[in-house]
Amino acid sequence: MTQSLDYLKETASQTAGPYVHIGLAPGDAGFDIYRQELGHDITGPNAKGQQITVTGIVTDGTGAPVKDVLIEIWQANAAGTYAGHGEVEDGFRGWGRVIPDFETGEFSFETIKPGAVTGRDGRPMAPHLNLWLVARGINVGLNTRMYFADESAANAADSVLNLIEQAHRRATLIAQGDGTNYRFDISLQGEHETVFLDV
Amino acid sequence: MTAELYQRDREWHPPALVQNYKTSLPRSPRNALLSLQGSASELTGPTFGHNDIDAIDNDLLRNYAKSGDPIGERIIVHGRVLDENGRPVRNTLVEIWQANAGGRYRHKKDTYLAAIDPNFGGCGRTLTDDNGYYSFRTVKPGAYPWRNWINSWRPAHIHFSVFGTAFAQRLITQMYFEGDPLIAKCPIVQAIPDQRAVDQLVAALDLNATIPLDSIAYKFDIVLRGSRSTFFENRPEGN
Ligand SMILES: [Fe+3]
Repeated sequence: MTQSLDYLKETASQTAGPYVHIGLAPGDAGFDIYRQELGHDITGPNAKGQQITVTGIVTDGTGAPVKDVLIEIWQANAAGTYAGHGEVEDGFRGWGRVIPDFETGEFSFETIKPGAVTGRDGRPMAPHLNLWLVARGINVGLNTRMYFADESAANAADSVLNLIEQAHRRATLIAQGDGTNYRFDISLQGEHETVFLDV
Repeated sequence: MTAELYQRDREWHPPALVQNYKTSLPRSPRNALLSLQGSASELTGPTFGHNDIDAIDNDLLRNYAKSGDPIGERIIVHGRVLDENGRPVRNTLVEIWQANAGGRYRHKKDTYLAAIDPNFGGCGRTLTDDNGYYSFRTVKPGAYPWRNWINSWRPAHIHFSVFGTAFAQRLITQMYFEGDPLIAKCPIVQAIPDQRAVDQLVAALDLNATIPLDSIAYKFDIVLRGSRSTFFENRPEGN
C-alpha cells in the first residue's frame, strides 16, 4: 500500500438541459426576476476597436438547428488584454451570453474585434473569441474558438490552429466576414464538424 | 491569471455520446477533442461583484413571490466551492435553476401538465464568500417526466452553474437529493461512468444546517479543476 493523494475530484458535468435559460437568462425563458441579467453586453460602452456583429447557427448531426443552445463568449479587448488581467476600458468585461432565436436557431451578437493575445510560447495568437456551448444532449460543455477570415497571415501562424492535424478542419474555426459582419456556423457533428477543444 | 490547470479527467465526466440519453446521439461530436495546454485565453475568466447581483437573488422563496410563499418543502441548499487542491474558490458566481415542487419549470417551452406556481420563479444566484461558502433557500423540486424512453423520469434535481477563476474551469452540473430512488434509473445521471462521481452529485441531508420548525437542509460541495502551484515558463504579459 501507499499513501493516498489527497486531491479532490472535479465535480462531474451534467447537461444544462432544455431550460438553461431559466437560470442563466430568465428573460429568454419568459419572465423577469433580476434587477439585471448578466452577459447581455460583452464590451460595455467605452470599448475601443472595431465593432462587429457575429451571426450564425449551431446545427446537430442531422443538420437541424440546435435552438436551445446557450453560448458563452470570453474575449480580450482590442489591445489583446483580458479584463482583470491588465488595463481595459471602464465597463469592459469581455464576457457574454448568446441565445439563438427559439424559432430559427440563428444567433447574433455584437462585440468588438479582439486584439492578439500572447500565447504560451510568447508569440501572439491570432485574434479570436473563446466560446463555450451548453445545451440539452451535451453532457460536458464544448469549448471552441472563433478566428477571423481577414486575419489570414496571423491565422496561418497561430499555434492552436496549427495543432489541428487535418488542415481542412481549421476552416471550421474561422468566421467569414468583411471586417464588420461575420458569419460563424457551428456543427456539433457531421461532415463539417467544428473542432472542439479540451482546454 | 490562474496557473495551468490539472487535466480534466474525461473518464470521470460523462462521455459525449450516451446511447441511453437519446438527445446526445445527434449532439455529440464524433472527432476527438483537440487538447491544448492552457494559454491566457483559457486561464483567465470573467469576475463578478456584489454590484452585479442583489442580496435577495439567492432566496428562491422570496425572489419571485407575488402573493405568498411558494408551495413545497422549504429547504436550504448550502456548501462550498473548492478546487481539486481543496482550496476555497472565493467570490465566484454560482447560479441555480430548478422546477417547482410539482416538477414544472417556469419556461415558455415547458408544457408538463403540473401546475405553475405563481410565487416561484425557479432561479437564484449568489457569490461565494471568502471561505468558498454559498447558500440558497428554496423549495425541494419535484421529479418530472421527459421524452427519452416513454417512461423516463428525472430525479429531483437543481441545476448548478459555476465559474471559478479560469474560463476552462467553467462547469454546469446537477445536484440530486440523498435517498431518491430515481437517481439509479436516470439516463442522464447514469451517463457518468464512475459511481463515485455520481455519489459526488448527491447532496446529503444536513440536519445540523436546518432551521428547526422551518426549513430542512442539504449540503452540496462543488469541486472545480485545480491548478498547478507554479506558472509555466513563458508567462503571458502582466504575470
Ligand atoms: Fe432539469
